[in-house]
Amino acid sequence: MASKAQMTSKSAAAIDRARAQGRAALIAYLPAGYPSVEESIAAGIAAARNGADLIEIGIPYSDPVMDGQVIQAATTEALANGFRVSQVFDVVAGITSQTDAAVLVMTYWNPVVRMGVDEFSRRLAEAGGAGLITPDLIPDEAAEWMEASDKYGLDRVFLVAPSSTAERMQRTVDASRGFVYAVSIMGVTGARSSVSTAAKDVVAAAHAAGAERVCVGLGVSNADQVREIAAYAEGVIVGTALVKTLGDGGVDAVAALTKDLSTGLSPEEA
Amino acid sequence: MVDAPSADNNAAEAFLQGGSLRHAPGPYFGSYGGRWMPESLIAALDELEETFNKAKDDPEFRAQIADLNKNYSGRPSLLTEAKRFSEHAGGVRVFLKREDLNHTGSHKINNVLGQALLAKRMGKTRVIAETGAGQHGVASATAAALLGLECVVYMGAEDCRRQALNVARMELLGATVIPVTSGSQTLKDAINDALRDWVANVHNTHYLLGTAAGAHPFPAMVRYFHEVIGEEARAQILEQVGRLPDAVCACIGGGSNAIGIFHGFLDDPSVRIYGFEAGGDGVDTGRHAATITLGKPGVLHGARSYLMQDDDGQTIESHSISAGLDYPGVGPEHSYLSDIGRVSYEPITDSEAMEAFRLLCRTEGIIPAIESSHALAGAIKVGQRLAAEDTGTAKDKIVIVNLSGRGDKDVATAAEWFDLLDKDSAESEIGKEGEQL
Ligand SMILES: Cc1ncc(COP(=O)(O)O)c(C=O)c1O
Repeated sequence: MASKAQMTSKSAAAIDRARAQGRAALIAYLPAGYPSVEESIAAGIAAARNGADLIEIGIPYSDPVMDGQVIQAATTEALANGFRVSQVFDVVAGITSQTDAAVLVMTYWNPVVRMGVDEFSRRLAEAGGAGLITPDLIPDEAAEWMEASDKYGLDRVFLVAPSSTAERMQRTVDASRGFVYAVSIMGVTGARSSVSTAAKDVVAAAHAAGAERVCVGLGVSNADQVREIAAYAEGVIVGTALVKTLGDGGVDAVAALTKDLSTGLSPEEA
Repeated sequence: MVDAPSADNNAAEAFLQGGSLRHAPGPYFGSYGGRWMPESLIAALDELEETFNKAKDDPEFRAQIADLNKNYSGRPSLLTEAKRFSEHAGGVRVFLKREDLNHTGSHKINNVLGQALLAKRMGKTRVIAETGAGQHGVASATAAALLGLECVVYMGAEDCRRQALNVARMELLGATVIPVTSGSQTLKDAINDALRDWVANVHNTHYLLGTAAGAHPFPAMVRYFHEVIGEEARAQILEQVGRLPDAVCACIGGGSNAIGIFHGFLDDPSVRIYGFEAGGDGVDTGRHAATITLGKPGVLHGARSYLMQDDDGQTIESHSISAGLDYPGVGPEHSYLSDIGRVSYEPITDSEAMEAFRLLCRTEGIIPAIESSHALAGAIKVGQRLAAEDTGTAKDKIVIVNLSGRGDKDVATAAEWFDLLDKDSAESEIGKEGEQL
């Protein structure tokens, strides 16, 4: 399963392209439907054309327990504007048709359950999506998703945290495909002034458990932090800072921030 | 809504051949329950599970609980026959399990004392809790004060305003109340914010969840601390009338008082068990909290269970005159007991509950919580159905109702509902906003 998985993983391919250029990959998080469906597509394209190797599209959800205030406010606004879950496939297709970026969907689990795990997976694959990042789904509960992701060739990105035991780390690394998402701190999404030292340890533990690609997220907001993480991880995930920028300055501001963040990806520029 | 006693009993009997229903350990109850939670919290859930499992087999812990139940909460709570109320329930004999007489005025104290003791065993110095109207917040603040723990309570901003006196109560007890302004600013959002706090502070903090819902081990653990209700009730009815009841009734918010009393009778196939959900304005109005009656299975707050959700899986806001039942989810064990047909779940509207509220006040001199009034309204229906059956006379039938709490907190709401207040009074203004004094 592992070798087949690697051959078909769009996320792994995108990370490996960055690695071939001697740098870490940049992953940009943007919520679908914020501030509108069209603008979220435009923002994703702008990020992909300005240095993001992977795009992570979040599905606005009524109960986002892993998100801090900036992302909560954006997704609440998207829902208030009438965002429907099936529009995420339009966003994914809109970005994949215009760029080479691997596009993942980040979603709390209930919207997937409601649509049906198989149906959701089929439509995501049809839209050209790479896979799912699942903040409230652990491998222990993922039997249906393991099956559907194999069937449709999708990546399954589970999270590991500073609190993960060695046993859970192993289990999660084994269940993941594409990359493993290392949560940098114990907390929710939101920009922070410094990246916690815990992140490096989590990445080391994931590597020790056999993960070939580990990307770090939560709290990363500027090029210096990107540089710090790029020194030990295969990818860096930026969310809150981009969402705030999109709200304040629109798509052009997203392009500018992504370009700036991407300067931190190569160690030689340090 | 027609009762089907034979189907009920067949399902229960069939299950009983496979073993007991009473001590389901989790994480799963049929296909419900589990841990639909961020990885960051799994280690804390493991620690809690391990601590709980050890504690429950530790005579010292059990002695501590027994001592607090007796000498602090005032247990055992009484089982009171409601003779005049019974006349309105088809003439069957109705008995009230008096959780309203516990310290702090409801069943909630059973759970908070247990969990606060576990928090201490884990070396945690801080507890956090969610609250709707403030009942669980007050109970948590009480347990924290008693055991010397820091306490932070998350409460919807709108609820804080409406329940200013309960906020004051928590603060008097030394707790900090944080108004929640995210999402719909209701109980479910208070749970979300409590979970966000927990992720960031799990090293020194225990999340003292207030009902038999959430990720494993919460549903089985919260039930364990409330099992005393059912065990006492069973022994008391056997002592007072020499036999088991025909039916047991309880209201369902997340389901903690209900699972506590049901526990005593789940393995007695002759006892029909009923859970009454908040029907709000009526289940066909969209304004209700009848999760099992109308919801669909989904995952929220850590468990797979019935859930009020739209076609996209977004949680729908619930509505009930009773803040304690105003929650769009339900504990996973109830979803399972519903599916296998062991327990019947039915909605009770705001008006039905308020009629039962008034009836109990006038016939028994007991002011019930509006939550518990849903169980009373259900008992009236169950009693009338039992009386209509052709086996035996009504007087030989017995119904136990879990009177989960007292209604002092609900006086302003009730006064407004029954139009008892002078239009210009301050209380009238408060009552309009749903304030519970
Ligand atoms: C008196 C009373 N009864 C019932 C409930 C509902 O909760 P549960 O279903 O967990 O018993 C509450 C909740 O606040 C309550 O205060």
